Amino acid sequence: MQYKSQAVAKPYFIAAIGLFIGQILFGLIMGLQYVVGDFLFPAIPFNIARMVHTNLLIVWLLFGFMGAAYYMVPEESETELYSPRLAMALFWIFLVAGALTIVGYLMVPYAKLAEMTGNDLLATMGREFLEQPLLTKVGIVIVALGFLFNLTLTLLKGRKTSISLVLLMGLWGLAVFFLFSFYNPENLVKDKFYWWWVVHLWVEGVWELILGALLAFVLIKVTGVDREVIEKWLYVIITLTLITGIIGTGHHYFWIGTPAYWKWWGSIFSALEPIPFFAMTVFAFNMVNRRRRDHPNRAATLWALGTGVMAFLGAGVWGFLHTLAPVNYYTHGTQITAAHGHMAFYGAYVMVVLTIISYAMPVLRGRAANSNRAQVVEMWSFWLMTISMVFITLFLTAAGVLQVWLQRFSTSPLPFMVVQDQISLFYWMREVTGVIFLLGLVAYVASFFVKGEAATLASSTSGRAGIGTQPA
Amino acid sequence: MNAHSLDTTLSAPASLAAPAPEARSTPPGDLAIWFFILAELLVFAVFFAAYAFARAQDVALFNAMQDHLDRNAGGINTVLLITASWCVARAVRAVCEHGRSATGAHWLAAAIACGGGFLALKCVEYAGKFAAGISLSTNTFWMFYLSLTFFHFMHVILGLVILSILWLQTRRGGYGPGHANGLESGAAYWHMVDLVWIVLFPLVYVMR
Repeated sequence: MQYKSQAVAKPYFIAAIGLFIGQILFGLIMGLQYVVGDFLFPAIPFNIARMVHTNLLIVWLLFGFMGAAYYMVPEESETELYSPRLAMALFWIFLVAGALTIVGYLMVPYAKLAEMTGNDLLATMGREFLEQPLLTKVGIVIVALGFLFNLTLTLLKGRKTSISLVLLMGLWGLAVFFLFSFYNPENLVKDKFYWWWVVHLWVEGVWELILGALLAFVLIKVTGVDREVIEKWLYVIITLTLITGIIGTGHHYFWIGTPAYWKWWGSIFSALEPIPFFAMTVFAFNMVNRRRRDHPNRAATLWALGTGVMAFLGAGVWGFLHTLAPVNYYTHGTQITAAHGHMAFYGAYVMVVLTIISYAMPVLRGRAANSNRAQVVEMWSFWLMTISMVFITLFLTAAGVLQVWLQRFSTSPLPFMVVQDQISLFYWMREVTGVIFLLGLVAYVASFFVKGEAATLASSTSGRAGIGTQPA
Repeated sequence: MNAHSLDTTLSAPASLAAPAPEARSTPPGDLAIWFFILAELLVFAVFFAAYAFARAQDVALFNAMQDHLDRNAGGINTVLLITASWCVARAVRAVCEHGRSATGAHWLAAAIACGGGFLALKCVEYAGKFAAGISLSTNTFWMFYLSLTFFHFMHVILGLVILSILWLQTRRGGYGPGHANGLESGAAYWHMVDLVWIVLFPLVYVMR
């Protein structure tokens, strides 16, 4: 580790992984509730399990992004973090607020929670993914502002690289668009319209900038390819992202009461959203093929390549499947959406956070890379989680296709619940695959505790001295 | 720490790296701008295909509505954009082949004037349409007319911003034979903006 203050990233990464485990456990609970409806009822009803599953996902990814930024920005700016103490204070605030929110979801009925937390002052609760009580939302804004203040000042006093500028742009965008979670108009059309400004413009807009910056950073480190080349690619990718992604928001505006031109705009622009993801895959493989060093952290390289491929498949291909208005007319809100959501979140954001953790965590623990044994376990976890996510997606897609057919396309459509019974086989298979995913996650956590001789950069860089940031 | 200190004799990052200073690269300009241009052309191509698809559903409506378009304004705008492209090409030649920055800057200024003329005329056209109460929701033809031309309009603005930067740089003698990567990249972008209009104008204004 080059700068002492980068160490604040470590607790963020640990918290991220801890919450990731929680997310998966709740995923398994609700996966089972799909087929055993009263499982854990009334202690954990389905809607609560779902809320915890999705909220934990977002919160742990945010922890991951923050840890990544605290790790990357000092190194990119070639200066210590403006205030490590502020970073640690915000860590505890965010963690405690996040934990209290989840406990609130689980212990108190949602309506009661709303009452207790001042939802009558400013009603912001009750909307998918933005269920957090007002207090938590305010807390998120405070944490985000403190975080951005800290990073921006660090950047201003140090070297300004394209990677840190793109990262900061993405993080500022994240904070700005979150403000729309406070806007909750009576008009349902407007409500949904701006709700997507948080949800879509996060995952198909500003988060992609963060994703690109993280990937570019790790690729520079593990491949040793010229910064100039990698940054140029990064600019091409983020431009493509913004061209397609911003108006691509329109693919959520087909059926919510917005003017009809959104059907065209949404279809046309979002149909092109796979392009930046494809470019990202080509970028990752290209850079690794042109590598000028064999970095001892092969696990991090694997995660980086995996991010490219899985983001393209999950976000790009599975997104395209149902993004055209005439197709979406039938598939809207079916298991096709769930299939896309799972693989896209895993492929793009889960994997990129695991990529940066895989690269940075050994460095934070004082070595260039983990021992060979630890890396083997980590790579096992990569394949277990990735392959089970592919199957979860395939089973949900099969369920979705059947659902569309039986419930919407057939000449004698069946009612929703009857169809759910018909496709339960796929839900069972998804649940079994989910358990394998959990095993992969257990292997991932275990890889942090596997001992063995740590690799050093000098011993495996074919004699090119002085190219690493890590202690040799 | 960083990659700059690496041995630069390796040819690894050739394709996206800056071209060799002495030779004119093929294609001219930066490879990254060509990725960008191809992506832009793809977006317009999909838009044009969607237009064709929508028109095929209701040819009568499209033909009837097309009669309300001002073909003369469209024609003059076509000439303006082609002239601007010609000026840009002259500017690149003046700078890259003859090293005459002042001449190049004049040609770029002429191109910017033509581009500005395009925007002004297009604004007059828009004003007429909006005054007639036409909006994105009037019907499918007007939705496409407004979307396509406005999307292109935004590209002309971006193109003019780029040309203005090139003009400032050229005036300062920032480019010359063998080091005109930025100028050539910007010129390629402007030609793309022109090319899109050359397809858009006949497709939306003229073809029946």
